Parts: sequence; structure tokens; C-alpha cells
Amino acid sequence: MAKLTFQGGIHPYDGKDLSKDKPITELSAGPVLVFPLSQHIGAPAKPLVQKGDYVYRGQKIAEAASFVSANIHSSVSGTVKAIEPRRVASGDQVMSIVIENDGLNQEVEYYVPQDLENLTKEEILYCVKEAGIVGMGGAGFPTHVKLSPKEPEKIEYVIANCAECEPYLTSDYRRMLEEPEKLIGGLKIILQLFDKAQGIIAVEDNKPDCIKLLRDLTRNETRISVRALQTKYPQGGERSLIFATTGRKINSSMLPADVGCIVNNVDTIVAVERAVMEGKPLMERIVTVTGDAIKDPRNYKVPTGISYTEILEVAGGFKTIPEKIICGGPMMGVAIFSTDIPVTKTSTALLAFTKDEVAAMEPGPCINCGRCLEVCPGRVMPSKLADAAEHFDEETFLELNGMECCECGCCSFICPAKRPLTQEIKSMRKIQLAKRKK
Amino acid sequence: MSAQFHVSSNPHVRSASSTSSIMMMVVIALLPAAGFGIYNFGARAALVLLVSIASAVLTEFLFGLYKKKLTITDLSAVVTGLLLGMNLPVTIPLWMAALGSVFAILIVKCLFGGLGQNFMNPALAARCFLVISFPKQMTDFISTGKGALDAYTGATPLALLKSGESVNVMDMILGKTTGTIGETSMIAIVIGACILLLAGVIDLRIPGSYIVSFAIFTIIFGGHGFEPAYLSAQLAGGGLMLGAFFMATDYVTRPITVKGQYVFGIFLGIMTGIFRFFGPGAEGVSFAIVLGNLLVPLIEKATRPVPFGGKGAKKHG
Repeated sequence: MAKLTFQGGIHPYDGKDLSKDKPITELSAGPVLVFPLSQHIGAPAKPLVQKGDYVYRGQKIAEAASFVSANIHSSVSGTVKAIEPRRVASGDQVMSIVIENDGLNQEVEYYVPQDLENLTKEEILYCVKEAGIVGMGGAGFPTHVKLSPKEPEKIEYVIANCAECEPYLTSDYRRMLEEPEKLIGGLKIILQLFDKAQGIIAVEDNKPDCIKLLRDLTRNETRISVRALQTKYPQGGERSLIFATTGRKINSSMLPADVGCIVNNVDTIVAVERAVMEGKPLMERIVTVTGDAIKDPRNYKVPTGISYTEILEVAGGFKTIPEKIICGGPMMGVAIFSTDIPVTKTSTALLAFTKDEVAAMEPGPCINCGRCLEVCPGRVMPSKLADAAEHFDEETFLELNGMECCECGCCSFICPAKRPLTQEIKSMRKIQLAKRKK
Repeated sequence: MSAQFHVSSNPHVRSASSTSSIMMMVVIALLPAAGFGIYNFGARAALVLLVSIASAVLTEFLFGLYKKKLTITDLSAVVTGLLLGMNLPVTIPLWMAALGSVFAILIVKCLFGGLGQNFMNPALAARCFLVISFPKQMTDFISTGKGALDAYTGATPLALLKSGESVNVMDMILGKTTGTIGETSMIAIVIGACILLLAGVIDLRIPGSYIVSFAIFTIIFGGHGFEPAYLSAQLAGGGLMLGAFFMATDYVTRPITVKGQYVFGIFLGIMTGIFRFFGPGAEGVSFAIVLGNLLVPLIEKATRPVPFGGKGAKKHG
């Protein structure tokens, strides 16, 4: 059988060896935790607590403000110190609930459905919504919305996105190795929502141990299959993944549900399992701390709201002074100028690089080599789009299908002239998207 | 924290290849053919190549001084100079080689905005300029060199073919004929082309469609039908191999779209055939490519790729 893949894509240095064999280490929360009210796509959550209130671990401290929004829970017990703007990874100031940890870990009592054998669809969706689960691969789209398509009977595939195609990241890999039964359990719960759907666990073939383990564990599952994907970035991009596993194509104006697919990331599915089986809200996540400037690269299970500075301290700090620190992977992550930033539901990693290879390279003129077209999974013309964006030629930009760019970064990576193609296209897309909303 | 961190938009990693590394690969890939030219035509060939490279680099350097921007480090001027030199007869007056380089770099490239902005291949445009301006010197293939070809004088194999005489195809494939410095040896050029293909600098779309369409054109309109000796002489002769692998594939002046590259290659094959069989001269590669260069914007516009998933919302099933 030909390897499952998509057209285009790149093979960056993957750096996963630094942390892939390090088991998940659990970290406890420090004295102060910060919970931004907006850690998902959609409306910011509405605070349910006030300054001075006592909160328990697992308590809902902010609730979804609309359908596309998500609840937020405290990961510690303690006192609300303030509700004020705090800096998040994107560099923005976001209204956040600041909680002083009393270290007692007093927990709320969790609601668990009565009859776990015969869960109703409503119960599952209720649990997912209550738990404040969002897409934990990075985008942060509220999961209960994703799991409530207009025509659920038309969903044919529920795809577990276990590609982890971003270089350096190993949190999903560790999760699959250490808690595979939770991933499978979560997928089975989601499959209960869609009567006609098949479950696909899609893993890149650079993780053969995961593939074998998951295949062994799903041998008797008639509705679940494990598929090996070619290792290539951005294999885990939603559009690439759907195409690789089902041969179906979606563009920027379509949802996976339009082609009968639902895609969820490993951690998201594990969170669904926990929410339904244990009634526990989303208040922890696995973060890979790695890069050549980190003394002891590792995978940590951390409570949400903890600051990166604290994680770094536990990780032994820096081996060398880094030039660049990135929240997330090197392809899609955000460079940060301070580590005093809270871990949110969508944080995947903290990378510290001794050298910032981007700053060391001087962009030159485009030589029209066409490499950007070759690697573009969106099949657009990045060099021409970047040109149009640079000259603020909106008409040409739209005519060349600029809105079909998925901002994966392949074109910037491959460009021999070191032009910031993705960056140019991204800023133009942002402007166009803002105009559409008006 | 006192440390200062860099902040920039993602992605934060870059591939290893750069403009200069690509240009370096092209220079390396041209060396077998250039080396054979020196072996074939003698030391003067080396001198011609040196003069054309040096004047190309110097022109770019001086223009860089005027523009306050050092651009010779991208090595593109070296490639242009070398390619032009390889497209000149060994007997050319040195000042003419230098003039060609100045024309290529200054007029064709720098005045249009430098690397990436020229709409014609600089080396070929300069060759065409020289052919039109100095037809006698540019087509003087009487060997005066002291190379392996010392005893050989006379017309190029293609000119012989055109006048109905017979040629030694084996000599043409090896390169033991007369012609411009770098074009004679099909084997040396193909070795260089393999280097570029393996390094991923070029692919077979343009050279393949160019050579195949020219071969088909030759069979139909060449007047000799499917005659293997004539056909292989046409393919090995003149600048076809050098042009197909090293000049038609010039990034800046070929279409960037995949479909467009096939269209471009086929166009070049047909034009080369027309020039060779119906034109007054025996050669047509340079003019075909330069003409093709002019059509690139149109070809690109007509062959835009369809974005993944098509345009607009579509529902499955």
C-alpha cells in the first residue's frame, strides 16, 4: 500500500530525539496561576468569580460566553487575587483570572454520568462542553462545537490526529505511549456520537512504536483502524490529514464536516475521555520543554495557568543563553520575549534555541526557483502572493487565491533567498479576514 | 529576566539551501562542459571564459558600488559570465567577450532591477546581441586553438547538416567537433545536467519537453523522417543540450508553474525546429529561448495552479 500522504510539504530537522525518550514528569503548581479568559477561538469566557473568592481545584471560574466559546477551570485551590489583563504568548494583553495557590489542592466533586455503559449523545456533549475542552493541537477550537456538526449522521470518519508533524514536539508521542488506552477510550466515546463513523488513528511513521502499540490495542475494535502516515510537515494539518487518510479535499471555506470528517488531536481526545469517564475538566496538559539551549529537555505534565518561568526552573534552566524562545513548535509557534507567560489549554511546547537562524539570514531577491510552489500544501503560489502582499495589491492577492494559504510556513522554510513569504502572506490574510467580518 | 530574546513571526527554522549555494551548484555542473571546451579548443578557450566571467563580475560589482549594495556574493554573475563564455566561439576577440558580459549584466539584468527581475536570460540575450552585432566573428568557427581539435577547421556540424553533408555523430556526442566553447560535448553537458538533477536544482520538465518536442518536430519537418543518424546529430549538435539543461531552466526566466514549464519546453522545441529548418542559419536555440522568455508572463497566467480543495464551498456527496 502506498504511504498515506499529501502533495507538497517539507522535511525539516525534527529534533525529537532530544526529548522523545523522556517519560512525562508531573509538575505541581507554583504560588500564582494565571488563567486567560481567551484561550480558545471564539468569544472570551465570562468570569464567574470575583477578587477575594475562594476557589477549588476543578471549579469552573469562567463560563462560555456564547456557543463558540469554552469554560475555564482552576487547576489549583486558592484565592482569586485579581482579574486583570496579563500578557499571553501571542504578545497580547488578555483579561485573566489570577489565583493564589494555597497548596491544599482542595478539589470539587466531579459529576460522572450514571450509566457509563449506555451514555447518551447529550450526556457526552454536555460533559465535553462543561469540561471546557478545546482543540489542544494549537488552534483551540471549542471541541463541543466541533462535535456538534449540523448533520451528525453524515459523519463518516472521526480522525485522531496523532501525526505530531511539528519538529521537536514529543508531547503527543509520550501521551500515546504512556496512556494509549485513554486515547482509544476517548475515540470510542466520540464515535458514539456518530453512528455511521469509522475511527482512524493517524500516526506519522517516525513513531513505529506508537503505531504497533495502538494496533495491538485496537485489534478487536471493529470501528477503529490505525494508519501510518508518511513523515512530512504539515502532515498533521487538518486539510493534509483528511486528504491523506480519506482522499477528500477541503479548502479554506469548508469545514471537515463538509466532507464527513471530524478531526481531533491526541490530547483533546484524552481530555474527552477524562471529562466523560471521570468528570474532570481540562486543567492540565503536556508540554515539551526542549531545544539546544535547555539543560534537560523533557516532557512535563503541568497544570494550566502555571508560568513558563516556573517550568524552566524545574527543567534546570538554560544550558546556554538562548537567542530565541518559542511557545509551540518551530514551524507554527510564537516567539516570546519573556517567559512570564501562562501555560494555556493550547500550549504544546517551550523551545529555546541558542541561535536564531532566521535573524542570521539576510533576505535576498526572489530568484523564481519555484520551490515554494512545490512545497505548498495549499497549491497556491507563495512567491507571487508575498509579492502582492508586499505591494498591498489586494486584488492580485485574492485573484491568486491568497485566502487558501494555511500559513504552515513551508514556503518560508524552503526559500533559498530566505524571503519571509509566510509572514507577508499572513499579514495580508489577517487584513482580508478582518475586512470580511465587517 | 535580563536576557534579550529575538522575536519574529513563525516559522523559526529555515532550510540549508541558499541562492549562492544553488548558483555554486550550477557553476560546478557547468565545469565538465567548460573543461571539455578548454581541452577541445585549447588555452584560448580558458582565456575567453576568464574574460567573460571577470567582466560579468566586475560589471555587477561596479553597479553594486553605484547602488551601494554588494550583490556579487550570490554568484549569479559568475554563472552568467561562464554561460556566456561557453556560448562564444574560441576565436572571438576578447573585447567582444567582455562587451557581451557588460551587456548581459548591465543592460539585461541590473537595469531591470537586478537578480530575479530580468525577463530574458542575460547570457543568451548577450549572445543574441553579439550574433546580431558581430555576425562574422560570432560564427567564425575556424579553429585557431591549440587543443585536441588543432587539425579541424571549418563549419559546425549543424551547418554541414544544413548544406546536406554528412557528419560523424559519435564525434558530436563526444564533442570532438567545432562550435562554441561549451556546447560541443553532449556527454559533458549531460554529466553536468545529472549533477543538477540529482542536487534537485533542476528537474526534467523543461529539458524533457523541449528535447522531445524538438525531436518530434525534426521527424515531421526535418526532411529526413525518422532517420536515427540525422535525428541524433540534430539533438547532439549546436546549443540544444546546453540550452535545454542550463539556459531554458534558468529560474528567473522560465515559468514558475508546473504546467507552464511543459508549455514552455514544447514552445522552445517547436521554435528551435522552425529556426533550424526554415530559418537562414543552422542554429536556433538562443533565439528560441529568448523568445520563450518573453512569453513567460503569459504562460504563467494561463497555467495557474488550482488551489487545494478548489475554490469556494463544495459539499461532499
